Amino acid sequence: MSSKTVEPVSETPVNYLNASFGLRSWLLTIDHKRIALLYLVTITLFFFVGGVFALLIRLELLTPRGDLFTAETYNKLFTMHGLIMIFFFLIPAVPAVLGNFLVPLMIGARDLAFPRINLLSYYIYAVGGTFTMYSVVAGGVDTGWTFYTPYSSTYSNTHVTAMVIGIFITGFSSILTGLNFIVTIHKMRAPGLTWFRLPLFLWSIYATSIIMILGTPSVAMALALVAMERLLHIGIFDPRLGGDPLLFQHLFWFYSHPAVYIMILPGMGIVSEIVPCFSRKRIFGYSFVAFSSLAIAVLGFLVWGHHMFVAGQSIYAGIIFSALSFLVAIPSAVKVFNWTATLYKGSVSFATPMLYALGFIGLFTIGGLTGLVLATLGLDIHVHDTYFVIAHFHYIMVGGMVMAYLGGIHFWWPKITGRLYPDSWGRLAAAIIFIGFNLTFFPQFIVGYLGMPRRYHVYPPEFQVLNVFSTAGASILGVGYLLPLLYLFWSLKYGAKSPANPWDATGLEWMAPSPPPTQNFPVTPLVAWEAYEYEKREVPVA
Amino acid sequence: MTHAASPRTYVIVLLALLALTVVTTVVAHIDLGPGNSAVAMLIAVVKMLLVMLFFMHIRYEARLTRLFAGAGLLWLLFMIGLVMADVLSRNWR
Repeated sequence: MSSKTVEPVSETPVNYLNASFGLRSWLLTIDHKRIALLYLVTITLFFFVGGVFALLIRLELLTPRGDLFTAETYNKLFTMHGLIMIFFFLIPAVPAVLGNFLVPLMIGARDLAFPRINLLSYYIYAVGGTFTMYSVVAGGVDTGWTFYTPYSSTYSNTHVTAMVIGIFITGFSSILTGLNFIVTIHKMRAPGLTWFRLPLFLWSIYATSIIMILGTPSVAMALALVAMERLLHIGIFDPRLGGDPLLFQHLFWFYSHPAVYIMILPGMGIVSEIVPCFSRKRIFGYSFVAFSSLAIAVLGFLVWGHHMFVAGQSIYAGIIFSALSFLVAIPSAVKVFNWTATLYKGSVSFATPMLYALGFIGLFTIGGLTGLVLATLGLDIHVHDTYFVIAHFHYIMVGGMVMAYLGGIHFWWPKITGRLYPDSWGRLAAAIIFIGFNLTFFPQFIVGYLGMPRRYHVYPPEFQVLNVFSTAGASILGVGYLLPLLYLFWSLKYGAKSPANPWDATGLEWMAPSPPPTQNFPVTPLVAWEAYEYEKREVPVA
Repeated sequence: MTHAASPRTYVIVLLALLALTVVTTVVAHIDLGPGNSAVAMLIAVVKMLLVMLFFMHIRYEARLTRLFAGAGLLWLLFMIGLVMADVLSRNWR
């Protein structure tokens, strides 16, 4: 830290949090760290709005009869749960919050390549979110988050157009963020920080960014076409006007399947940081983990048709998509095996971030393997559109991505805020979330396999026991998510001050003070070491 | 870093694009049977390449930029190729 300013009153060094004050200094900031916090607040808000919808869904499903909501209201609840969670939480969460905060710090840069575009992308996200919230408040949307035509384009009387515009706009935020990361990682790495010395989090953010800029335009156009068909009656998807309803599913899933890799890849990056740190060991097979991220980014674009096995797609295309879907399991498995091998003979400790990372590995594996069940043509006919699909998806997204996100938040919280949180509360919350999660979603595998379809507010009475388990789990999960909100807030004021490197971790971000100054590094660091040199403990600490 | 083309090049490219638009319009009035789409697509691809190479400066840019532009094209081929794998093999009567 530079010590030229005299600070007689406060002994706290100048950092990005106290460098300037006032609403304006936050809302017009171009500091990547402050923008990350803007995203953190907004995304957390969306997470809890989406979570309330989820709890309402589970409440309705407590009993077999539709006694709490009408079918129409229920349709809106699951639609808005999906839309808000996917487009406004899962997709932006790790890249926009942790990516924004960490990418420049991890490469020894002062900011992203385009700081103003970074702020712009936040406001585009906020404007898109406003359209979406308008659509929610005005009465909601009932098409399902997938907007399948011709229902969405011709028949639905809900606020589809406003919702579609909101998501269209938000897509540009995603594209700009991806662009910023790609240019930053290519052009602004500190001297000596070669590609194969990069933390694996950056490889996964890089792969994610590629998906964002190459995939998002496609869903934006597909949704724009739905809006045009609704407003102008242009025949794109409506067969009566010469359109093809399946074309929508192709265009939608061309983005939306890779989008699940946008959601999970950054989570894998977080796990690749946490596991070596709490095993005190170099990651096993660095280059395999790095290239598996890129392989997922490319292969992920070739599998979308597995969402359409029973939609009227040709058998021939179904066979191709099924085979390609199996391929994408390979790089995912490479990662799981390499994390496990990293643990082997490591000096493993179980702090809060590590509990989340281990939870991720187990739950992601269950989610991934059940994905193979769904990618199998014949089996998929039995379980398609059942709760089996819901369970599979939530094992990846909640068991995988949300666990990783929380792990990352807990891992870097001392860096972001300069405060330590009570680790015992952290571990308790992680355990509650793990138990609540499994109690919520494991019964859904069974009830789905037995034949309970998704998206209905009534079901046969024999499925009630499993649904009661699921709803009980959801309330435990809700408590689990509230806990970190409480003790992390508490730590902002009462938590002990964090040293620069509380976990004794490698990585440039830990060489900056906690919290870092606005400029991150007073002097650009020179990198002469590999990532994850945990066995050699002479990693320099500022 | 970027060496943009001379104004003369831009004018030539613009004229070429306009000429190709005229050709598209004229050809639309001639029935070539199955060749209709093929000719229209061919002209569209030529126009796209002209725009990419000259107006978007791909011709003058570094290899990395070309790589990303190429990736965009490759991804478009993924999309069209696999959508066609379905459409062309559907069991329609």
